Amino acid sequence: MNLTQILAFAALSLIVGLACAWDRARVRAMRARGWVMLAASVVAVYWLQSSSPIRSLDFWLPTASIGLTVIVWAAIYAPRRAEWRAALPAGAVIIGIVAFIALTRYIDPLCCVTPTRPPDIVTVAFGGVIVAALIAGATLLFRGRTRWLNWLVLGVIAAFVILKLDVATQALSAVLRGLNGQDMAQASALDVRWLGFSYIAFRLIHALRDRVTARPPAPGKPAPAGLTLREFVSYVVFFPALTAGPIDRADRFVKDYRNTTVLPMDTASVVAGVSRILLGVFKKFVIADTLAIVALNAVNAAQVNATIWMWVIVYAYALRIFFDFSGYTDIAIGLGRLFGIKLPENFDRPYLKSNLTLFWNSWHMSLSQWFRAYFFNPVTRALRSPRETHFLPAQGFFRQPAFIILFGQVTTMLLIGLWHGITWNFVVWGAWHAFGLFAHNRWAEFARRRNASTDAEPTPQSPVRRRVVTVLSVVATFNFVALGWVWFALPSIDLSLTVFRRLVGG
Amino acid sequence: MLGKALFLFLVFNLIFILADPAAGLGRVSAYNILFPGRSRLPYGDHPERAYNVSVLNLDAMFASHEIAAGTKPASEFRVLLIGDSSTWGWLLKPADTLAGQINRARLTTADGRTVRAYNLGYPIMSLAKDVLILDRAMRAAWQPDAVVWLVTLESFPADKQLFHPLLQNNPAPTRDLIARYGLKLDPNDPQFVTPSLLDRTIIGRRRDLADLARLQLYGVMWAATGIDQDYPADYEPAAIDLDPDDAFHGHKPPAFGDADLAFDALAAGVRAAGKTPLLIVNEPILRSNGRNSDIRYNFFYPRWAYDQYRAAMIAQATAQGWNYIDAWDLLPMSEFTNSAVHYTPAGAKLLADRLADAVTQLGKISTP
Repeated sequence: MNLTQILAFAALSLIVGLACAWDRARVRAMRARGWVMLAASVVAVYWLQSSSPIRSLDFWLPTASIGLTVIVWAAIYAPRRAEWRAALPAGAVIIGIVAFIALTRYIDPLCCVTPTRPPDIVTVAFGGVIVAALIAGATLLFRGRTRWLNWLVLGVIAAFVILKLDVATQALSAVLRGLNGQDMAQASALDVRWLGFSYIAFRLIHALRDRVTARPPAPGKPAPAGLTLREFVSYVVFFPALTAGPIDRADRFVKDYRNTTVLPMDTASVVAGVSRILLGVFKKFVIADTLAIVALNAVNAAQVNATIWMWVIVYAYALRIFFDFSGYTDIAIGLGRLFGIKLPENFDRPYLKSNLTLFWNSWHMSLSQWFRAYFFNPVTRALRSPRETHFLPAQGFFRQPAFIILFGQVTTMLLIGLWHGITWNFVVWGAWHAFGLFAHNRWAEFARRRNASTDAEPTPQSPVRRRVVTVLSVVATFNFVALGWVWFALPSIDLSLTVFRRLVGG
Repeated sequence: MLGKALFLFLVFNLIFILADPAAGLGRVSAYNILFPGRSRLPYGDHPERAYNVSVLNLDAMFASHEIAAGTKPASEFRVLLIGDSSTWGWLLKPADTLAGQINRARLTTADGRTVRAYNLGYPIMSLAKDVLILDRAMRAAWQPDAVVWLVTLESFPADKQLFHPLLQNNPAPTRDLIARYGLKLDPNDPQFVTPSLLDRTIIGRRRDLADLARLQLYGVMWAATGIDQDYPADYEPAAIDLDPDDAFHGHKPPAFGDADLAFDALAAGVRAAGKTPLLIVNEPILRSNGRNSDIRYNFFYPRWAYDQYRAAMIAQATAQGWNYIDAWDLLPMSEFTNSAVHYTPAGAKLLADRLADAVTQLGKISTP
């Protein structure tokens, strides 16, 4: 999001929040808020999408985001005629907006919401028919076959892998170029940049998995237990959180969505929302963008010729990535607040934590919570289960707590690394943190056992000593994380090793 | 709270308008303190690649230069190089510029002082700009022992004198030059920027303030990498095949009028140098042998105009008793890069060698 887009969204949020002040019964206000949220989110998917050298892709990718969301909704809730009838207004609004965006191709003063001119209306209509067929197919295919939803999860993951794996993205680009009659030799992984898909994928997988594991909403039940089409689309592509999160949970989101007491907006909420947006803008556009000048990147990593300055640019990168990301989060939370949606916090002073576990409990919290809920906990639970499986005996090394923790942490952190991109550097970055977390876990366990085995009362530490230990721990943790960013920020292992050599005086 | 913030914001802007701290802020610099001063004045078309940024604040420009560091050692024979992009060293690393080549030669004067050249070139072709920089350098406490001023015809036309934002956005010092040296320029030239009240607020000055901050931050990258310019992997070489156009800045052969070239600015520079020995150098240009090279020497110069300029320069130098070297034909075509006045490192070395004797001779007429 650039400043103009943030300003536009903030103005829209404020207008909706304040305009509802005149509606004492709140009924119309709530209704209007829901529709504005849906419309703004659908428009934002197109408006925020970056341009692509592949013709019309900046129209089709947002359309795919919306289409996929509706398909998943249809698959999860398998709506029947009455539910479809209830969903008709939301569907009409979505189709109306998409059609209008497509029609701007023919209206020069309005063209275009997308970065480049949308495709012609016949092609759009054809695309719409395909999406409609997929929605209808999903409704029929998944009705009464909840476990089949796991195939959709795999489909989303597969799409994710294609987008994050350069070779696959380049091949996809070649195919799309071929379909468009463009030069396939010019295909590049950079051609296909699907805005917000990472976060959309998380929300869709979360909704699908919760349905499979029979978490709320209960199968077959209409709203309020389940999410209406309007609610579900608003949740998945909620415009403040589209580009950089946080990753909200559907049940939590819909609680705020349906809360009739949030409007009309009181002064405190408006001030809190606006302040948070301003704080985010300052963090992102002043601090982070300024630090970007001196932060580690693929170019300067090979140019820096002195150890001290290498440390400076590594630290600058660590601070830059925090202010950049947390700035965007602040903007998202602030915009959400103006709409009465309390998006989850994503950062809690992570660089001031005294160990790596606390760091990961305070850095990109919604992501780590997601992985904890949908990967780490199920995996470690399965390993702890005494049940013997084809792959695992009931006892032995693989059932030892230390192994379970190591396995859970390594696989989780590797996945978090790969989520950023399927490269060796992200693998190493994930492993770096996994082993750091494991080492801390073992140390904490060792300290706990040592204290438990000592009969004598533990010697109380002086406040000064405790303070010194805490400060040293914070410094050590920050440096471990900052050095980890060397893997994260650079495109190759060789370049990262060059940086490490320079950091130690080489 | 928002009301309070708005009130404070308005108050800060009012104070900012009244105090105009932007000018003074230029003197606040981390260069020569936290990181080394730059080898040349800050200029950057692509800051993110050059680790360098163009600023319009003269104080900030000079404060970032290595010449602003500390006091002059007694053993140093300090030479200031003034000129355009060829002196500044377009596409050249700091050590390969003319100043770098002179320093690499480790010249010594007759009294044993080591020649140390400082690159105060700036990539604009305008004698008024040169005088602006020279005048400021002479008034600073940098104690130069000599000045070498490299000029070329493209810096002389009247329409080039005030065309750059550096002069337009520094109306007070430029008008001061016009008044003190009697330059034939209009002090009320509409090109001068007169900021409105809104332009003088923090909001109005945000670009200048951001540039000042960026200049400081790029100092980190300058210190870390020694890079202060974007060095493209390849570039379009200077044109050899030329248009059959014999006009020069609207002038047609056979002759310039008296007021067409800014010899008054050249004289002003000589006066600005005062008693400090000054060497004026007509810098080398590319002499094409391509298409229409019988009409033009290069992209910049029709032959008639350049020949007349050279003759006029020699006549002026002789009449005024200036130290003058005409090095126009020093370099072969192969020693030019992307412009008819930009040299290769070897070209800069040839020029440095050509100037070496003259520079050390300046030591004889300078007081230590």
